[in-house]
Amino acid sequence: MILSEQKPFDEILTYLEKDKNVFIVGCEGCAQSSGSGGPQQVAEMKQKLTEAGKNVTGTKSIDFLCEKALIKSELKGKIDQLKAADAILVMTCGIGVQCVAAAINKPVYPACNTVNLGGTRGEWKGSERCYECGQCLLYHTGGICPLTACTKSLVSGACGGANNGKCEVSPDRDCGWELIYNRLKERGLLHRLNEMMKPLDHRKLMPRPEMMSTPRYGLENPPKAEKPAEEVKA
Amino acid sequence: MSLQSKLESGKFAVSCEFGPLKGTDTQEIQENIEVLKGKVDAANVTDQQSSVMRLCSLVTSALCVQGGLEPIFQVTCRDRNRIALQSDLLGAWVMGIKNVLALTGDLPDLGDHPQAKGVFDLDSVTLLQAIARLNEGFDLAGNELKGKPAFFPGAVVKVESNTEAAAELQIAKLQKKITAGARFIQTQAVYDAETFEKFMQRVEKFKVKVPVMVGIIPLKSAGSARFMNANVAGIRVPDTLIAKMDAVAKEDRAKTGIRIAADLIKQMKPMCQGVHIMAIGWEKRVPEIMAEAGL
Repeated sequence: MILSEQKPFDEILTYLEKDKNVFIVGCEGCAQSSGSGGPQQVAEMKQKLTEAGKNVTGTKSIDFLCEKALIKSELKGKIDQLKAADAILVMTCGIGVQCVAAAINKPVYPACNTVNLGGTRGEWKGSERCYECGQCLLYHTGGICPLTACTKSLVSGACGGANNGKCEVSPDRDCGWELIYNRLKERGLLHRLNEMMKPLDHRKLMPRPEMMSTPRYGLENPPKAEKPAEEVKA
Repeated sequence: MSLQSKLESGKFAVSCEFGPLKGTDTQEIQENIEVLKGKVDAANVTDQQSSVMRLCSLVTSALCVQGGLEPIFQVTCRDRNRIALQSDLLGAWVMGIKNVLALTGDLPDLGDHPQAKGVFDLDSVTLLQAIARLNEGFDLAGNELKGKPAFFPGAVVKVESNTEAAAELQIAKLQKKITAGARFIQTQAVYDAETFEKFMQRVEKFKVKVPVMVGIIPLKSAGSARFMNANVAGIRVPDTLIAKMDAVAKEDRAKTGIRIAADLIKQMKPMCQGVHIMAIGWEKRVPEIMAEAGL
């Protein structure tokens, strides 16, 4: 799931400064779960924009705005409303905004910020987050991710900045490494603290270049098993 | 005698530290060099401490070399990735800088550019590994260097922790830093000889022996001691010392603070291999503190 949150309304209004007529698109996938762009938020946005003097020509919530074919077919019945709009406001993640912009020949604006892909599933409100690092370290750290639990994403251990178990950045935030220490101790795994860690391979943190070209690529071209290093050299 | 030969021959060494200022005016740096050279064995040059943007530690360290004061080039992982860090290190060696202190660094959020991206591509341990690789004549990617440095790498540790987890994490990470190649250790400021003794007992059990320089910050007032207790991780000024500072008249505060620092140095000198005086604004009074401590 992709977690998004609405931008401040003032920021949205600045996008629409020169546009009177607006069409709003919502997403019934992740944005609905995030509470940022489902049917309820679309209705609220329509009311707020109307109060702010805008003319909302129409609204539509679609199952998944990451599906361009779906966007086109779902919006077929709304062509007149779309034509009447100066701009389209899309209430979902960055992928959804890009898909709508690719599918419809109009100025398309984001109403949300994409927060993270954070391992959030559905309505899950837990604190566990995934960094999508492509080199999972959870074996070494007692099942608590050092990349997301530590504000500096340190792999070798605590920085020493914690005070009373709280991170130097905020007294509201636990030191991730102290959480890791306590977990390892509880499970009898404290020896893991002594394991020397390599710096992260940041290539693995990025989407593979071929996947950056289109969100469908991964589905259409399943990754092949990597060749051993010797073979590649030869 | 260099810091390295002094520590490696078992002599008691003295270091201090100062931070470059924001801007291109180097007068303050030159003044510090003049006051400190010939007095301390080496001076740490901080790397944009507290994430506040300043003149860089690399160039300031090079100015120290030119001025005859041996620098300890502080390098944090906050602002540079592994390419820039290795490149700066090679540059440092070319400029005659031999001592490097490897630190993780504070988060940018704490400084004057909180919008900046914290890099942390390496951390203090993997930076020490990088320095060790450069000393062997290779970079982190395994490529051979044409001309190699012979750095004397150091690391830091906190002696005081207010949770068991923090204390144990410090010991575990110190062990890793030594494994990664740290050859001298400077500690965060210590105000309690007993705590320091217990800490040193643990360090003495390590398989590899590394000289430890105990950190000293002279107290300026009871208020600043309370502030450090509340806000600086790893610093705990005992109430007895705060009371001493509270009891003296304003004009005698500096003298008392310096006397307390000197007493602490005298108490802890037999337990370790050196002292690191962080005077924080009182850099020019470091010789006075040393004289009072009989160094």
